[in-house]
Amino acid sequence: MTPTDLRAAFITDLTAVAPDLDAATIGDDDHMQTDLGLDSMDFLNLVSALHKRFGLPIPETDYPRLATPAKAVTYLAEMLAAGNRA
Amino acid sequence: MPSLGADMEEGKLVEWLVGPGDKVAKGDIVAVVETQKGAIEIEIFEAGEIGALLAEPGQTLPVGAPLARLGAAEDVGVSAPAVQAAPAVAAPCIAAPPPPVPPPAVPAPAAIGDTVLASPAARARAVELGIGLRAVAGSGPGGAILLSDVERHVSTAPTPVAQGGPKGKPGLDMAEMRRAIAAAMTRAKREIPHYYLTHEIDLQSAQDRLAALNAGRTPDQRLLMGALLVHATVKALAKVPELNGRHEAHPYTPSAVIHCGLAIAMRGGGLIAPAILEAQVMDPDAIMQAMRDIVARTRAGRLRNSEITQGTITISSLGETGVDALIGVIYPPQVALVGFGAPRLKPMVHVGTVQPRLAVTVSLAADHRVSDGRRGAMFLSEIDRLLQEPAIP
Repeated sequence: MTPTDLRAAFITDLTAVAPDLDAATIGDDDHMQTDLGLDSMDFLNLVSALHKRFGLPIPETDYPRLATPAKAVTYLAEMLAAGNRA
Repeated sequence: MPSLGADMEEGKLVEWLVGPGDKVAKGDIVAVVETQKGAIEIEIFEAGEIGALLAEPGQTLPVGAPLARLGAAEDVGVSAPAVQAAPAVAAPCIAAPPPPVPPPAVPAPAAIGDTVLASPAARARAVELGIGLRAVAGSGPGGAILLSDVERHVSTAPTPVAQGGPKGKPGLDMAEMRRAIAAAMTRAKREIPHYYLTHEIDLQSAQDRLAALNAGRTPDQRLLMGALLVHATVKALAKVPELNGRHEAHPYTPSAVIHCGLAIAMRGGGLIAPAILEAQVMDPDAIMQAMRDIVARTRAGRLRNSEITQGTITISSLGETGVDALIGVIYPPQVALVGFGAPRLKPMVHVGTVQPRLAVTVSLAADHRVSDGRRGAMFLSEIDRLLQEPAIP
């Protein structure tokens, strides 16, 4: 998947757990909690959706790497590439 | 139309989920009603068979107005008495001193003495829109005017339609929600002599246990600290049961079951505090599942009337990004509110040395008419004790 595809998938899952967010106005560096107002339950639902979509384990210790859409795209690309190599 | 809070005067029927002839069991969801708390699923209060639906979707009805006829399952149609749908199941939740007296059951007809045939729903809607029924073509039996005829007349009429007043996103009216919060909180501060206690709890052991548990679980099975906080609070009520109940009758009697309300903040502002029903029998996994479910349905605007009218205690938690402590206001007619600040790393004395430990400040706002500070302190200490050895694998 290209970074553009990954970003689109991430935003789809994000707006599914937080339907009141407008996909068009979400910035790459918007922070999930402080800028977009996700609480811990919303964030866990987002992680669950990404786990389901990509089959990645996403341990809790990696949560900071999903803090913004830009960071998440980098993280997902890295994990998927690592998974493909394995 | 059930009362979903004593400040509720009317509700709008959005959808029927049953039809005439359907058999229903107590607790089945039969309809959806729009209120200031969002769209609420209405549960039937007893078993039977749906006789006739008396209200149509889109119709706004006063509290107490019949929505449908319910016959006993065996003798349907044979002079089954008209049973008012869900009369007092819903003990008023927000503000309730006088017992609610059902207002006249049927909305006043559009034109008394008028010979125009029209359904009650059509008449009510016509009044709402300020249009005369004689101008509307009827498509019902004998040319009677139905609600759909009125709606069609309005949509084809050249005059502006906006008479009913603009409604926001269906199911959630922010101004109404703000009004409901104001009514409940004003009543709480006027009637309930609050006392407050706070206590700092070392969460590090619980956090370590949680991290170890979650490391072996897929995201959809993971537990949040919030579920442990709710579980410990519910369990601690066994030691101080008088903090769990609804102060509606004298003398006050605590509730045997725990319907644990959760204050859920809406991102657009405002909050709703639906309850996890029968929380006293749940382990942390069951609490977590119930929290996920109720948060999702709160955001989607799909709560059930029992969840918003039967809470016996409320927990308000600031989550991970909040501030140190929250001193709450009791949600009447409940008698206690437990507040959790944001857990934060703090220097704490642990086994004789100062260490960075995860700490949370818990607070209790309680009704001094039914409990005292000593009992309240025992309750917060019990929450602390339970969190030192959380009931997780």
